[in-house]
Amino acid sequence: MSIDLDLKEGRSRPSLLSSFITPRAAAASPAILSILLIPGLVIVAAFFLIPLARVAFEVGNGPEGWGTYLLILTNARYLESLIQTLAMSAGVTMMALILCAIVGLFLVRNRFAGRSILIGTLTLPLSFPGTVVGFMVIMLAGRQGVIGGLTDAAFGSKLVFAYDIAGLFIGYLYFSIPRVILAVMASAEKLDLQLEEAARSLGASRFRVICDVILPGLMPGLISSGAICFATAMGAFGTAFTLATDIDVLPMVIYTEFTRNANIPVAAALSIVLGLITWACLAAVRSFTGEGKSLPVRGGA
Amino acid sequence: MRRTGIFYAQLGLTTLLCLFIVIPIVMSALAGVTVNVFQGLSSGLTLRWIFEVWDLYASSIFLSLWLAIACLFVTLIAGVPLAYVLVRKPGRATRLFEELLTLPVAIPGLALALALLITYGGVSGYRSSWLFILTGHVLFTLPFMVRSVAAVMSAMDMKTLEEGAASLGAGFWRRFFTVIVPNAKPGILAGALMVVTLSVGEFNLTWMLHTPLTKTLPVGLADAYASMRLEIGSAYTLIFFVLIMPLLIAMQILANRGSKPARATAEDK
Repeated sequence: MSIDLDLKEGRSRPSLLSSFITPRAAAASPAILSILLIPGLVIVAAFFLIPLARVAFEVGNGPEGWGTYLLILTNARYLESLIQTLAMSAGVTMMALILCAIVGLFLVRNRFAGRSILIGTLTLPLSFPGTVVGFMVIMLAGRQGVIGGLTDAAFGSKLVFAYDIAGLFIGYLYFSIPRVILAVMASAEKLDLQLEEAARSLGASRFRVICDVILPGLMPGLISSGAICFATAMGAFGTAFTLATDIDVLPMVIYTEFTRNANIPVAAALSIVLGLITWACLAAVRSFTGEGKSLPVRGGA
Repeated sequence: MRRTGIFYAQLGLTTLLCLFIVIPIVMSALAGVTVNVFQGLSSGLTLRWIFEVWDLYASSIFLSLWLAIACLFVTLIAGVPLAYVLVRKPGRATRLFEELLTLPVAIPGLALALALLITYGGVSGYRSSWLFILTGHVLFTLPFMVRSVAAVMSAMDMKTLEEGAASLGAGFWRRFFTVIVPNAKPGILAGALMVVTLSVGEFNLTWMLHTPLTKTLPVGLADAYASMRLEIGSAYTLIFFVLIMPLLIAMQILANRGSKPARATAEDK
């Protein structure tokens, strides 16, 4: 194969000199390119596309048929969990964006001792499994947690909120911060300081500069990291699983329907809806911010 | 720069956020080496819980490391050539394929695991082996390897490099292994670190795909939190931190090295 190719290229390139004058890609033949694609194609087709199609069909096999999808809107429990998950994810996203915009801008604009330690700390939980994040919430706000200990010492009553919706919120915030802060810092580094100076020299107050110059500059970064944050929160399972809350977030409902109730069509339908929401949210934001075009994969090629 | 009240307010908020992240980690690390958490540190320090975790979960920890290495191997074989094609043949079909490839990252792990279970859950030998979990991990980590390698490949002048090698008579495979792969090494290294870290920590997929005989480290963690003493759960978390920390630090060093020139010029201004 490789000898064959050598000959072909030899023919299309008469001399060294001409290859300098008319630079032509020393491209691999289509045959070779398709060989390179095979492992990836097989993995994606066999373990992603086929299973995805199977799940979609599994929904139709239920007693309700394709009406199973409608169940999500008509069954109070499923609908409630969907709304709750959406509200929770949106709330966490807003909170993470506000906190990270302030802190991220601060970390990019100022140089001081210990700065890199602060950055390192804030990005630490990036690869913690959801279960560990859940455990961290228990350490913070559980029965033996720091907050409980402090309030016990101060007011004589333990404040414990790890196992209800506030605990879940704290957990989601915990794993959202690293994702958002990295994106905010990346876009804050690209902000044009001259624009701010111009605005200030024209008499704009600090507040006006923030609203009219800094925030619009950060916006693409905030929108795309917010989308990632939202999608991650929608699908987060480990944290809710560890806290064993009786709050029905969508992934927990899918899990119970599948394992405890063996209600596979409903679990499949809910999974597909959940997958569609997260994918659509990421895809919409990518086309909106143009992030897709600047993805490194397509960058220089 | 003049330090104003706003500077200190922002510094305060930043410190608060850092404490929010660090305090539980320190607490759990301490709890893992405390004789009795309910009595606090005054009950003394011990390594007993660490040893107990080791007795209970060593096999899970080793399985996780093995899975991470296997996952790295597969993503290297499939991902590096894939990245090459994506960079070298841009177009509508490539974009579509790339979208497809990244889809498993956008879709919740739970849904992905469900799809695998419904499709291949009946294949008994496969379902009960570690290969089933490997499938999930590869699906989830492959996009990260491809992204990272393709980023480096599109930043280097692959066309000129390849032409140079071709003009000297190197065939495609020779070019691929002696020119392209060595030049893409920073991306491959970054992707490899990412794949290993993600695989070691993956829970959402793994919890659904595991069997009692194929428990990974994060599955063991969930198990320890649910059924063991607080000290054992903490000690196990401590072991997880010790394993994952070097990977995270290596990733940060690599990222810093990559962006150093840009940062230096920004500071010069």
